[in-house]
Amino acid sequence: MTLVEKILAAHTGKEKVSPGEFINARVDLILANDITAPIAIREFQRIGVGKVFDPKKVVMVPDHFVPNKDIASAEQAKLMREFCYEQGVIYFEVGRMGIEHVLLPEQGLVLPGDVVIGADSHTCTYGALGALATGMGSTDIAAAMATGDIWMKVPPTIKLIYHGTLGEWVGGKDLILFTIGDIGVDGALYSAMEFTGEAIDALSIDGRFTMANMAIEAGAKVGVFRVDNKTQLYIKSRAKRSYMVYEPDGDAEYSQVIEYDVSALEPQVALPHSPANTKPISQVGDIEINQAVIGSCTNGRLEDLRLAAEILKRKKVHPRVRCIILPGSQQVYLDALREGLIGIFIRAGAAVSTPTCGPCLGGHMGVLADGERCISTTNRNFVGRMGSPKSEVYLASPAVAAASAIMGRITSPDEVIKP
Amino acid sequence: MILNGKVHKYGADVNTDVIIPARYLNVSDPAELAKHCMEDIDREFVAEVQPGDIIMATTNFGCGSSREHAPLAIKASGISCIIAKSFARIFFRNAINIGLPLLECEEAVAQTEAGDLLEVDLSSGKIKNLTRGMTFTAKPYPDFMAELISAGGLIEYTKQRLISRRL
Ligand code: SF4
Repeated sequence: MTLVEKILAAHTGKEKVSPGEFINARVDLILANDITAPIAIREFQRIGVGKVFDPKKVVMVPDHFVPNKDIASAEQAKLMREFCYEQGVIYFEVGRMGIEHVLLPEQGLVLPGDVVIGADSHTCTYGALGALATGMGSTDIAAAMATGDIWMKVPPTIKLIYHGTLGEWVGGKDLILFTIGDIGVDGALYSAMEFTGEAIDALSIDGRFTMANMAIEAGAKVGVFRVDNKTQLYIKSRAKRSYMVYEPDGDAEYSQVIEYDVSALEPQVALPHSPANTKPISQVGDIEINQAVIGSCTNGRLEDLRLAAEILKRKKVHPRVRCIILPGSQQVYLDALREGLIGIFIRAGAAVSTPTCGPCLGGHMGVLADGERCISTTNRNFVGRMGSPKSEVYLASPAVAAASAIMGRITSPDEVIKP
Repeated sequence: MILNGKVHKYGADVNTDVIIPARYLNVSDPAELAKHCMEDIDREFVAEVQPGDIIMATTNFGCGSSREHAPLAIKASGISCIIAKSFARIFFRNAINIGLPLLECEEAVAQTEAGDLLEVDLSSGKIKNLTRGMTFTAKPYPDFMAELISAGGLIEYTKQRLISRRL
């Protein structure tokens, strides 16, 4: 069995599961946010059980439209908050929260071998820790809150092997953008992606979170990594309960094996309006930008902010560019403050925000006007994603976004930092 | 159940951000959401859609965000079913869970144009193009999905499961 099949078998009480099989899997954690929770709560109430199956296994995070941008979004956040108080489920208030997919692993709520379902498509982020985590809809979450399990179809697994050593300024974001560019937005539809190879072994946990986060952008159900020493080190100080580490069998069957040599990989940029519309930075051409967003559940972790600060240090954001920095959680914010990164950003002329999804989904804190262009470290550049349907979003790493913020056009960090 | 309606046709990778943009997600009332359904991909949709109409698309319909607001908006706008070559997986779950029928049928999509009139028999999966006089058959649902659909969606299915657990 593959890693994914092993985890699902263990959560189904079966010796073996196979791709295509329908199962009922026990869940270790259920997640919803201020957009998806209101519908989940409404549907949960229709089931009529009264109490969630286990309040310690349900977590709700207000992160999309908070601190609330208008009355309607405040009403939704209120509905969710009151449900959490009443049910005693895990809840993080503004001032103590973070973007859900940065926050949950950081708080030790997600551990290797877990099955996690979230009413948010980027729940797949936790695959970085060797968990089986997948996004679903609000009704799925409602049913699971009542029963503690959920129906699933066992996905086939695609194994992706990354050979070689990554060059300077090239990281997890570039690997995943390149991969989606190669296989397409439905290249892994209904499948699991298992990321392996020496370039993956060398990648930090933050880099792995970035890659797993965008597995959904290739249509995948999950994106998983095997647990290694780096994972163990990350978990050690955070885990408050026991967990299981699963390994794929030597004779595991994969639906596809894709191999890349990434030694010569350049930083990648996804052009509008698809994450698969990817080009190496040298082929992007002269593209002026109005805004640069650095943050989100894709690239809002400490390593991402360090990278951006390395480039913005003693430099200025271009006079015609708004550079917006969103630390992924209060902890990331505090760590960045201690390391002096926040000072670097402010001196460079960037705006630093409290953690929120904000501009990533065109919510608030940096919505785009007609004809505006933004380089962003987020994960989607669909039509209208960050505001006006006539705006454009270019996806890239924090290094490329920071360098572009300085130059006022999309560029490689090499142009800003001369060796 | 027999459905009858006019086809609204789209291409590949129609994502949930264009089905219902995030700027409208500060509410979750389906009727409110339906006022902005498909707005960023098809300005005319809301004005033209009639109860019973059918959305047709090529591959990977409903990709992107997991927002259940997307199938809710489509359903509340009066659309009776969606026929595509393939669907994104979260959208597929969401639609089945809330009782919006989806059918996968490559041939029907290839041979149908926007504005054609269709008659769809959900129990047999037969899709008749009345405008062109052609008949197609959609991929059958796996047994488990058929059970979920006949229970009336996931909430009803879950209620039944909980009752049988207690027995
Ligand atoms: S940061 Fe963006 S992609 Fe991530 S959870 Fe928030 S809205 Fe979704």
